[in-house]
Amino acid sequence: MSSESEKLHDTVSTQDARMGDGVDSRFNSKLREAFGSTPFILTKFDKFMNWVRGNSMFMLQFGIACCSIEMIHTYAIKHDLDRFGAGVPRASPRQADVIIVPGTIVSKFAPRMKRVYDQMPEPKFVVGMGSCTISGGPFQEGYNVIKGAEEVIPVDIHVPGCPPRPEALIYGIAKLQERIRNGETSPVTVKPYELEEFGDLERDELVRHLADRIDEDDLVMRYNWADSP
Amino acid sequence: MSLEEPDPRSRDVGETPEGTVDYDALEALLGETALDREEHVNATAFVVRPDEVQEALNALRDEAGFDYLSNVTAQEYADRYESIYHLKKYDDPTQEVGVVVPTVTDAPVSQTAEPVYRTADWHEREAYDLVGIEYDGHPDMRRILLPETWQGHPLGSDYNPEKPQVVPFREHANPLQPDSRGEGAESDTMFLNIGPHHPATHGVLHVKTVLDGEQIADVEPDIGYLHRCEEQMCQQSTYRHQIMPYPDRWDYVSAGILNEWAYARAAEDLADIDVPEYAQVIRTMSAELCRICSHMLALGTFALDVFGDFTAVFQYAFRDREVVQNILEELTGQRLMFNYLRLGGVAWDIPEPREDFFEMVRDFLDGLPEKTTEYHNLITSNEIFQVRCVDTGELPPETAKQYGATGPVARGSGVDIDLRRDDPYGYYEELDWDVVTEDGCDNYSRVLVRMREVEESAKIIEQCVDLLAEWPEDEREIQSNVPRTLKPDADAEVYRGVEAAKGELGIYMRSDGTDTPARFKIRSPCFCNLHTLREMTEGEYVPDLIASLGSLDIVLGEVDR
Ligand code: SF4
Repeated sequence: MSSESEKLHDTVSTQDARMGDGVDSRFNSKLREAFGSTPFILTKFDKFMNWVRGNSMFMLQFGIACCSIEMIHTYAIKHDLDRFGAGVPRASPRQADVIIVPGTIVSKFAPRMKRVYDQMPEPKFVVGMGSCTISGGPFQEGYNVIKGAEEVIPVDIHVPGCPPRPEALIYGIAKLQERIRNGETSPVTVKPYELEEFGDLERDELVRHLADRIDEDDLVMRYNWADSP
Repeated sequence: MSLEEPDPRSRDVGETPEGTVDYDALEALLGETALDREEHVNATAFVVRPDEVQEALNALRDEAGFDYLSNVTAQEYADRYESIYHLKKYDDPTQEVGVVVPTVTDAPVSQTAEPVYRTADWHEREAYDLVGIEYDGHPDMRRILLPETWQGHPLGSDYNPEKPQVVPFREHANPLQPDSRGEGAESDTMFLNIGPHHPATHGVLHVKTVLDGEQIADVEPDIGYLHRCEEQMCQQSTYRHQIMPYPDRWDYVSAGILNEWAYARAAEDLADIDVPEYAQVIRTMSAELCRICSHMLALGTFALDVFGDFTAVFQYAFRDREVVQNILEELTGQRLMFNYLRLGGVAWDIPEPREDFFEMVRDFLDGLPEKTTEYHNLITSNEIFQVRCVDTGELPPETAKQYGATGPVARGSGVDIDLRRDDPYGYYEELDWDVVTEDGCDNYSRVLVRMREVEESAKIIEQCVDLLAEWPEDEREIQSNVPRTLKPDADAEVYRGVEAAKGELGIYMRSDGTDTPARFKIRSPCFCNLHTLREMTEGEYVPDLIASLGSLDIVLGEVDR
């Protein structure tokens, strides 16, 4: 093996390898043929960026509930999300492009999730995984459960299931990649729950009651359970 | 073990020579403090005045040997609040007694049990949070699961879920900020938030840490980021079919069938349902498969924590999980949320062709010894691993008992408790296997216990497969006859635990004569195990905190419920 490769190095210059028959088919791909001898293509910069973006997505390592177990399986051996150019988990939101929201969001966690989402650099994409991120799932009637991720952050792709199988999640991500490549964006939804300063809340009974326990400039999230879907 | 040949000299007050509880003797021991006696399905309970809780519990612990506070249940009746302390013994968990503390409806206050059992600290905070009973003398009476500004107590009767709530976002305003908790103005301790979004916390746990240099001066787990109202969901679902899917979602790392069994066991005792032997064997087999799956995840993520290694060990563990999940999918139809047990049996039989299924399981078992060797080569005999785990995160056995630790955490501290053997259910009694304990009391022991338990589980599964393969065809009864609507007798109360992957998973249920439980309380092993974190890590280094947290193997879905 090694003597063979030495021979190749001896006899074929890099330029020859690229221009001529080459040592392996990589250098003579269909793409190459299509380009002819000029290694240039003309495209719109935006289009190119979208294509690149869709093919190299950094995911945020973000586990919430049961669905995150299936999400780990999607990253891990066998399903190996990385095959599709979307499997580098990043521990910091500042380095991530995509956040998969894998689980039930409860009142205490929603402000944190919002903050993590805000910390991600633009452009950013959200995949909601599981029924819980659609509507609260099996816990929809819970006194503490947010009725879906879209109450807090915009979601590009919903993957239904409780939990969705890894194949389903991969399909969802492939669809997201497709949309990114085509330059589609998700519609901006009006989010009922926002982080706001406590002092800006309407001074109703509840706010007056809490006034001595929360500072004016503390960030808060106010939940109107009665209006939840 | 007290089950064999009880030694008469060391017998506790109220213990008969056969190793059962003599409740009359206990009543005599309690004397004036016991106002009344109540019969629960699992044990007798004594009613105690709210200001004499500690007196009664002290007597039961010191004289009668009830050294294990398994659970505290709080609930509201029409005319009173009630806290129930479920006591057991580490030596013999079949010996149980309850202590019932009624309090008045307006301003319910009852004496805390924290000085007697440390574990009551968190249990009582939860009772305060969800039901609204205050505990007098409690060191830290705050909410534990819900945000601190929450209004009302959701499991109390007058709670209005439609009312708006405001949740502040304070702790995370600045993750690194100078801290003034140390002594003096020039103290150089630093406050550090770990979580709730952090790769090493295994979910959404928030650990408030105060550091002195690299050493931990104070650590406080802040939980509730996944409080999904599991108890409320179960209270509004019917016994027969609607509750069963929820247990899968408590400890969701594929431990589903173990959890389902906890509910099945409690409900079957409550409604007096028999389970055919054949179904018990299937349950035992599938439950142990779940245990393997769950321990594999614990191992993989622990390796990830201490090596920072997203490659070999982690992927190996997940490779093996995939195999087990395939087997379970064959059997139950789902990879993760099995919903396979039914009251009185299991949902369906082994899939046809049976031989293929058994073949699949045997293939897995045959390959396991080699894989175990591989894991030992990669993990336990690895020098880096040993440096990080041996003698770090120490939990002495007495402390473990005070905190109500169970499962691999207790067994890693040399506490010999395993409900599969000590309080037998299913088919475990008939099979040949051992309880694994290690006396190291450190992170290393806890990991080792899990790895050795995988081998024991494999032994159990092998025997079950042999039994099932031989089982005569006309005796394969998978479910007993259970009425479509189940209405247990009004005011029947039961507390039952099973050995889940993380320890004793107990269910308390009270029936009010309808087809839904009036109170459904989950005793989560992870909740109690996590409580020991402070004992294990104070004075140690930050990296050891991460290792200790990993070795506790918590699942936030079960901690917060
Ligand atoms: S959708 Fe189902 S599996 Fe996923 S987080 Fe919700 S309850 Fe768990």
